[in-house]
Amino acid sequence: MSNTETGIGKIAPVRAVAKGDGGNRTAWMGLIVLLALVPLVASPFHLDIASQIFIAAIGALALMVLTGIAGQISLGHGGLMAAGAFTTGILYKETGAGIWITLPASVVAGAVIGLIFGLPSLRLRGVYLAMSTLALHFVVIYLGGEYEFASGASTGIFLDPPVIFGYELYDGQAWYYALFLLVAGTYWGCSNLLNSKTGRAWEALHANETAAEALGVQVARYKLLAFVITSGIASFSGALFAYYQSFVSVEAFTLFMSIQYIAMIIIGGMGSLTGALLGAIFVTLVPYCIEWLMETVPYLGLDISTASSASHAAFGLLMILFLVFEPSGLIGIWKRTVARFSSQSKKEGVQ
Amino acid sequence: MQIVANIVVLTSLYALVASGYVLVYKVSRVLNLAHGELMILGAYLLVATSAGITSDPLIAIALTAVFSIIVGLSVYLLLMREMTGQPVLAAVLTTVALGILLRGAMVLIWGPQQLNVASMLSFENASVVLTDSIRVSTASLWLVICTVVVYLGLLAFLHMSRWGMRMRASGQNPLLAAQRGINLHTVYALAWTLSTFSGSIAGVLVALDSRLDVNMAVIGLKAFPAALVGGLDSLHGALIGAGVIAVLEVLLIHYVNPLLSDVVPFLVLIAILIVRPWGLFGTKEELNRV
Repeated sequence: MSNTETGIGKIAPVRAVAKGDGGNRTAWMGLIVLLALVPLVASPFHLDIASQIFIAAIGALALMVLTGIAGQISLGHGGLMAAGAFTTGILYKETGAGIWITLPASVVAGAVIGLIFGLPSLRLRGVYLAMSTLALHFVVIYLGGEYEFASGASTGIFLDPPVIFGYELYDGQAWYYALFLLVAGTYWGCSNLLNSKTGRAWEALHANETAAEALGVQVARYKLLAFVITSGIASFSGALFAYYQSFVSVEAFTLFMSIQYIAMIIIGGMGSLTGALLGAIFVTLVPYCIEWLMETVPYLGLDISTASSASHAAFGLLMILFLVFEPSGLIGIWKRTVARFSSQSKKEGVQ
Repeated sequence: MQIVANIVVLTSLYALVASGYVLVYKVSRVLNLAHGELMILGAYLLVATSAGITSDPLIAIALTAVFSIIVGLSVYLLLMREMTGQPVLAAVLTTVALGILLRGAMVLIWGPQQLNVASMLSFENASVVLTDSIRVSTASLWLVICTVVVYLGLLAFLHMSRWGMRMRASGQNPLLAAQRGINLHTVYALAWTLSTFSGSIAGVLVALDSRLDVNMAVIGLKAFPAALVGGLDSLHGALIGAGVIAVLEVLLIHYVNPLLSDVVPFLVLIAILIVRPWGLFGTKEELNRV
């Protein structure tokens, strides 16, 4: 090994150690095998929840990269998902296009919108950027509503199940596996991206924009790139959402949806892709837990309006609790627990 | 001419709500995205007092004012105080969380149905004939009057009183202000209290004019562009910004498309963010600080 090579070689092992050891990889493989076996035993109801979690996870990964890694606030995530859902819905309704056309078109539409609404981020930070993305939400919803109104589809657009390689994606198990693969792919893509030059540039401009610029990071370019890539993914998950529900309507994409995605990354833990997955699971399960709670505690009484309001209140409360008491989120709790146990076992080993 | 009256009324509403954003932002650099919900909470407090404590409208409104002050104070003391010194992102997201919490809680307490507050208070919202062609409702007239009074009061308070000067000083440079012996927590608490108070006035009057349900919190979001157009830290700017938004909204709804109502303020918001993000009267240095 020559001297010049050791310079490079030096970095590689350090990164490998930082990424975790082989045990971690076995755990991941075990988890994947376990998840692949789930549909064999789960009921359709549980498969439905799992699929919802998968769709949420794709969106949450996108928002985590944008906000948690690149440090750009977005309150318009629901709007981007609506953009994807409507691109798919409109293309299907007007031209009858298949999934191989609608999904890429949704990604492109999301990326273009991301580019347009990323432009203000070149001048704006923090609060101002949050407002421009919030405006994005209302503009997209307005355009969707206009389309529904103009095309006479005032209740929404219906979609037939997508056909992939001649196979109609219809039942819960097929959806489960398809979405599972897509989540795994998105996670893999995002984590590779974060380990690339782009990911390091994002972390740098998150930590200190001026310093990043001084070190040669092209701030404008990487900021826009963050918006374009994550908006494309968010829009993609919106299109999947449309196909999964087989129905598109502006009603589904409320401001509350954007807030739910923010809740996912806060509760999961800012800056961690695994955190985004944990947050997606947690946030998707909360409404079901509340319904269950209302059923088991009889005097609360169960009806639709109180159940959804109860979950609004619960989300607000949970977000506040995490922001105030546990800003590093579920992943922070997890890491602390692991650290405590491993330090205990080390102590025992020494004795 | 009716359209002019409509513009004036809408300007007053947006200005009154926007003053709440400006107060909190000017003093503590926090953007309060729960302002719409706090505003509607004011109206629900009136419902609670008139149903539970007294049926006399004037006493009920006075009690509501007291309660809204308590709400504003406790929002700061119990929640936003914890966020002092945290990144802007965390503080803004906390207000988002507070908003959604209040929204859920209000429906759980008062139910999802629309409430007719005016009839609960036996307040007769008769339309007042100003000239032959202009009519406005009594509540709208009160709205205009209250906005004028609140703005005069706030401007006088900020520029003439000792506490007003302390508030402006804390906004300009918290570190130096603290060094000069200004208690930042007291100043921030004052800003939140005043902001919630003026928001509650708006909420009560809007509820008296039409009906009350929790979705009206969106007025709070629509008033935000008004604050931004004028400059987030400028009170008189908010008044002018409210005028700009109201003129555009009323004219576009009247001449182009009623569906635009929900989106006009945000289109203006995007335009101003692209052209002049610090607003018409805001301080330009703001941008580097946030």
